Amino acid sequence: MSRSDTDRRRLGIVGAGKIGTTIARAAVAGGYDVAISGSGPAERIALIVDVLAPGARAVSTDEVVRHADLIILAIPMHRFRELPPDLFAGKILVDAMNYWEEIDGFDEELATAPGGTSAVVQQRFPSARVVKSLNHLGYFDVERGRRSRGTPGRIAIAAAGDDRAAVAAVLQLIDRLGFDAVDAGPLEAGLALQPGGAVFGVSYGSAELSSLLWPEASSA
Amino acid sequence: MSITAMTTQDIEFGLDSFVPISVDETGHELTGDVVIRNTVEEAVLADAVGIDSFNIAEHYRQDMMDSAAHVILAAIAGRTEHIRLGTAVTVLSTQDPVRIYTQFATLDAVSNGRAQLIVGRGSLIESFPLFGYDLADYEDLFEEKLDLLTRLLRDQPVTWSGKFRSPLTNQYLSPPLPEGHIPTWVGVGGSPQSVIRAARYGLPLMLAVIGGPAIRFAPLVELYKRALEAYGHPPLRIGMHSHGYVARTDQEAVDIQWPHWAHVFENAAAERGWARPTMDRFQAEVEEGSLYLGSPETVATKIAWVIRLLGLSRFDLAYATGRVPHEQKMATIELYGREVIPRVRELLAESAFEPAASGVHAVAEAGSSSV
Repeated sequence: MSRSDTDRRRLGIVGAGKIGTTIARAAVAGGYDVAISGSGPAERIALIVDVLAPGARAVSTDEVVRHADLIILAIPMHRFRELPPDLFAGKILVDAMNYWEEIDGFDEELATAPGGTSAVVQQRFPSARVVKSLNHLGYFDVERGRRSRGTPGRIAIAAAGDDRAAVAAVLQLIDRLGFDAVDAGPLEAGLALQPGGAVFGVSYGSAELSSLLWPEASSA
Repeated sequence: MSITAMTTQDIEFGLDSFVPISVDETGHELTGDVVIRNTVEEAVLADAVGIDSFNIAEHYRQDMMDSAAHVILAAIAGRTEHIRLGTAVTVLSTQDPVRIYTQFATLDAVSNGRAQLIVGRGSLIESFPLFGYDLADYEDLFEEKLDLLTRLLRDQPVTWSGKFRSPLTNQYLSPPLPEGHIPTWVGVGGSPQSVIRAARYGLPLMLAVIGGPAIRFAPLVELYKRALEAYGHPPLRIGMHSHGYVARTDQEAVDIQWPHWAHVFENAAAERGWARPTMDRFQAEVEEGSLYLGSPETVATKIAWVIRLLGLSRFDLAYATGRVPHEQKMATIELYGREVIPRVRELLAESAFEPAASGVHAVAEAGSSSV
């Protein structure tokens, strides 16, 4: 992706539920040109986007992909296999999904994935540059926790991925959404970010989040 | 009922129960049958102290005895006079709407018109494998079953066909219902698409707010109103369900509820990978979140506040979280009915109350001032 595209702050979001619309709201506030899709035609989510994320555009998933090189995947985890494997070719794909057996049903591949659920997502979309992020905070923490850079007590969000340039782009996105950004390392480090992981579901500042993700570095 | 003509007397105050396995005062778990009979007693008391409705959930778990709400509600109906008898929620996705109709129309008859329903997709999905449904059909199932149920309730005979059950041709079901029975609400946990669906069917909205600040639901209230308008429906009622516990004093409420709340969330942490419960989180839920816990004055103040905040016309208290003993639940029901509800009405009457929230702007302001 080109530098100019990053500078234009274009963001695509697949999923217009709680998480998708919350991120859309934060991204519009952060100066992004946001295109968002739900399942089915754009008209189906037009009112939702108009009320919950004014300033974002409701479009089809294909249009989301055309709109941006940076795309958030925020659909129920049990539905990601419904998307074509080459849909996100070359795109930075932020996996903001979480696997919940009680909501998604038992899924052996996701439940036992040694490298975490994002590794399964990467396998499903081999030509995408998958980064795990924006999944470990509750959506209301994302809504309420946004602060400008340097504000004391600013909450941190981590990103994990094997494509380091993609991770860098996501770290920049996190900052612009209103959060301190912490590099969690390779994609399999996403295990710490998912349900049951070391930092899931609790709001931390960047120092605390880093020390939880990198205990050896902080004790050295 | 017109929303604009509503007074504080029209606000409905309910109790919701999962019929959870509880402990006796020595800490021993009671058996399921005893828990069910205790729940009937709790509802009988609720009727006696003037609570408007008693509503039972639907689960298929070892720690909850709410797998056949209509049977418990029928037992309650035989021993009560005024209290409305409902569900919170019926997992409609994995039920047959024809059965739901016959069960609740019968309940409505034996209770002299007191049956009501909240239907939802359910936040837990144990009923899907149990009844042989595929989770992949989660959305379609609810849509189709809500369509059939609303038609059975509104306009018989029904001719209908769908994907998940045999078609109906010119079908009448017995017993017939009087016009306007059975009030049916759609329960939502935060999904915008569910809010739109409730509006599309012209059904009142019940928000399940089981954690975190209630203000996060303000945008959904706005979405619901806009969607009702878009579908050409008049304004409809909005309700909310949250957990809580009332005791004589704030401290007593904490002392009784905290260990049981911690037990529930310890289990959830182990099963679901949630963060473990702490006293700090518990206190945060009490102070700024969704636990309506404390003395009657504390709880009444918070309920009156949230009714104004979201423009509610129904508030259901999921009374006592976890294995709180029956005797302590009875004490909380008595306080809720005799002290909390009258006090909430009094607080709302103190200044003009209009159940119309513009909360989406409140959230937007909170967000924009911080970024």
